[in-house]
Amino acid sequence: MRYLIGVLALCGALAAETPTAIALRHARVVTGEGPVLERGTVLLRDGTIEAVGQELELPADAWVIEGQGLTVYPGLTDGLVVMDAPAAPGGGGARAAPAPAGRQAVSRGPEDRPSTHSWRRAADMLAPEDRRIEEARNAGFTSAVLYPGSGIFAGQGAVVNLAGDKRRMVVQSPAGQYVTRAFRGPGSTPGFPASLLGVMAYIRQIYLDAAHYRERRAAWEQGVAGVARPDYDRALEGLLESPRVLLPARSRVEVERMAAFAKELGVAAVLYGAEGAYAAAPRLAEAGVPVLVSLKWPERARDQDPEERESLRVLEARERASSTPAALAKAGVRFAFYSGGIPPREVRKAVKRAIDAGLPEEAAVRALTLAPAEIYGLERRMGSIAKGKIANLVVTDGPLFAEKTGIRYVFIDGVKFEPPREAPPEGRRAATGGAR
Amino acid sequence: MKRVGWLFVAACLLPAAPPLVIRNAQVITVTKGSFRGEVAIRDGRIAAVGEKVLIPPNAQVLDAGGQYVMPGIIDPHSHIALESINEGAVSVASMTRVEDVLDPESVAIYRALAGGVTTVALLHGSADSIGGQCAIIKTRWGQDARGLLFEGAPPYIKFALGENVTRPGWTPRGGGPPNLRYPASRMGVEDVFRQAFTEARAYQRAWRDYKERRGRGEPAVAPRRDLKLEPLVEVLEGKRRVHTHAYRGDEILMILRVAEEFGFKIHVLVHVLEGYKVAKEIAAHGAGATTFSDWWAYKVEASDAIPYNAAVMARKGVLVSLNSDNAELMRRMNLEAAKVMKYGGLSEDEALAMITINPAKQLGIDGRVGSIEPGKDADLVIYDRHPLSSYAKVQKVVIDGRIYFDRDVDLSGREAREKRRRELLERAAARSKEAQSKNRRPQ
Repeated sequence: MRYLIGVLALCGALAAETPTAIALRHARVVTGEGPVLERGTVLLRDGTIEAVGQELELPADAWVIEGQGLTVYPGLTDGLVVMDAPAAPGGGGARAAPAPAGRQAVSRGPEDRPSTHSWRRAADMLAPEDRRIEEARNAGFTSAVLYPGSGIFAGQGAVVNLAGDKRRMVVQSPAGQYVTRAFRGPGSTPGFPASLLGVMAYIRQIYLDAAHYRERRAAWEQGVAGVARPDYDRALEGLLESPRVLLPARSRVEVERMAAFAKELGVAAVLYGAEGAYAAAPRLAEAGVPVLVSLKWPERARDQDPEERESLRVLEARERASSTPAALAKAGVRFAFYSGGIPPREVRKAVKRAIDAGLPEEAAVRALTLAPAEIYGLERRMGSIAKGKIANLVVTDGPLFAEKTGIRYVFIDGVKFEPPREAPPEGRRAATGGAR
Repeated sequence: MKRVGWLFVAACLLPAAPPLVIRNAQVITVTKGSFRGEVAIRDGRIAAVGEKVLIPPNAQVLDAGGQYVMPGIIDPHSHIALESINEGAVSVASMTRVEDVLDPESVAIYRALAGGVTTVALLHGSADSIGGQCAIIKTRWGQDARGLLFEGAPPYIKFALGENVTRPGWTPRGGGPPNLRYPASRMGVEDVFRQAFTEARAYQRAWRDYKERRGRGEPAVAPRRDLKLEPLVEVLEGKRRVHTHAYRGDEILMILRVAEEFGFKIHVLVHVLEGYKVAKEIAAHGAGATTFSDWWAYKVEASDAIPYNAAVMARKGVLVSLNSDNAELMRRMNLEAAKVMKYGGLSEDEALAMITINPAKQLGIDGRVGSIEPGKDADLVIYDRHPLSSYAKVQKVVIDGRIYFDRDVDLSGREAREKRRRELLERAAARSKEAQSKNRRPQ
């Protein structure tokens, strides 16, 4: 049934591509850069934004959508979504067969590249029929940055548009190397590292190894005497081709630790999680590290022992987590949002909490549009409504973060989608996307 | 070098505390006797100590009302405030750094502080023959991880011998195959050290060769940097101190011999419950010993211990200190010192030295802390009674001339903290209620 819906949606998408140009006129246009156009028009052609302005002359071939009473925003981007963990490392995709039963090699040190799948690419693991893509789209998301999800080095992310066929979906790959919090779990190697201590040491060593590998390879190619040809190492190749690394940093302590670690490693890093970053904003500004803020605000676990006495520190951290975006904005830290495992339809509500805690609304829009584009180095191609950018838009019938506001249209690569007016009944299976 | 750089930055993070003078106190200097007098503090250091001192202008004056002032306690063996303690999966874990996993928000820091402890050596655990690189912190409660570090302290590493390493009958937590890790015997432990330091020597040579070749202008590619062997080379070159977890007399002699064979020094033997049996050999090597006052029999290798251990070793010329290895014991180290007076008849100053100046010497920081002397860091504890009395309570703790613990402030703030707790719980409950009502959908 889900598969059928997917196919229908896909057919709808293909059918919708028929018009070469679409004009959305007389709408309130929040361009994301420059002033808001109160009665603006956006012209889309061949998947890009051809023009945006107050009064545009519309070409004869354009389909016109009356935008009276509607607001047009740049399409929303989920800055970090973790794909289902493949069962076998290097198995070639999310649907790969589980690892054969039997003895697994035990890691004896960094040289064994434990729990490392740095060469794996999210772009090669896309499943356009995944129902969660449609869920995200219906909530106003036009793009997401997908990552493989298991191991210490889980693999290369990809910036994707949430419609079209696999090849069309990928906007950028590789987008970054995802370092997970977990050093134990599916896809991990038994043995070293068995602790956070070991994980930190391993990450430090493998970056040194990657630099040495590159240097030796270059020396060998130049024919430097006495330099043996280095053995091919896909773990290091994966690191070397990553434009940036995502490091887990949830609490204040982790944020400070990872900001310092990123500086020490000397790699372009992005921290993700950040619920405790309200207390470390100046430190982050000083370090110049961008941050992906999870919208899953921390709360007491539902199955927690009701008798457990929680410390004042834990309670205070929970209370203040949603003030993190405001603190980061104030300190001038570059940050974007990611859903962090909450269903896409709850994202706007979660952002509203950050707004209630002091984040200006404009900054909130930015953290879902231009800011993720900037973090991934795509700000010239997406993230705002400007000529030449990818035609990713979300059209609402009111302010984005108001409770009653509905999503009327979503445009992805210039293709129009119309989310159902009423929310579909909740499926039995909860969405499981998002970073863990 | 880089490290020294940011440590320096850390030291400059806080503006210097205003001058402070503690008057009308029973001053226990530990190294220079005890007397009724005053201590003047300026720029975080002890400026003067004596029966009467010059009071600097604009100094804050604290009347101790006849209470006791002693140097901050130094615990040379602890595992508090760490998010992970053992690497455990390998026998040589020298690439790990305790500094990486510091948790400055751990309440154990505050509790240690409230027990008069101002400096703590945070050791890697004893699951690996060669453990990780250790860190020395001051209990500057409220500072971040960087701000806790004892700036300029010499680096050191943890070794471990005996049952914790060989892990007899050990199976991994959560099931799985039994211990497959080498070594499984004390003989194997010795072999791990020889093997590791033989590798370290080869690594040292490879870098030396490379630098020589570069020096002659020959083309060369640098050897791979190995973070496991680098600290071991530092040990060989005397740039990194060694703390060795050891219980039995035979294994203590083993590690001393291995170290002498490879030309390095064991600075401190940790636990060393059978140290009284080999005290002369320990003294001859020049190693210090840090032990418990009267804690043993928790495993086979800890059974042949005596409460006179600390005193016997001290009398045989070993530099002895007492340690906690435990967050709770750490809060009453003054009583641990008192016990070595009972068992072994040491003097008050000798006993107090075992929790102040002796551990400072063992850690290589005695130029900075461990006694009340002009020029040293102003790390002080004020007790209401003599610190060797079991009735003594810590009243105030000063670190770098700044008051970090004040018993009155703690007691009077409890009500406000409880009120804030209730408030936060109510708000969380309201959020949860709201979320539940919104998520309920018509079927």
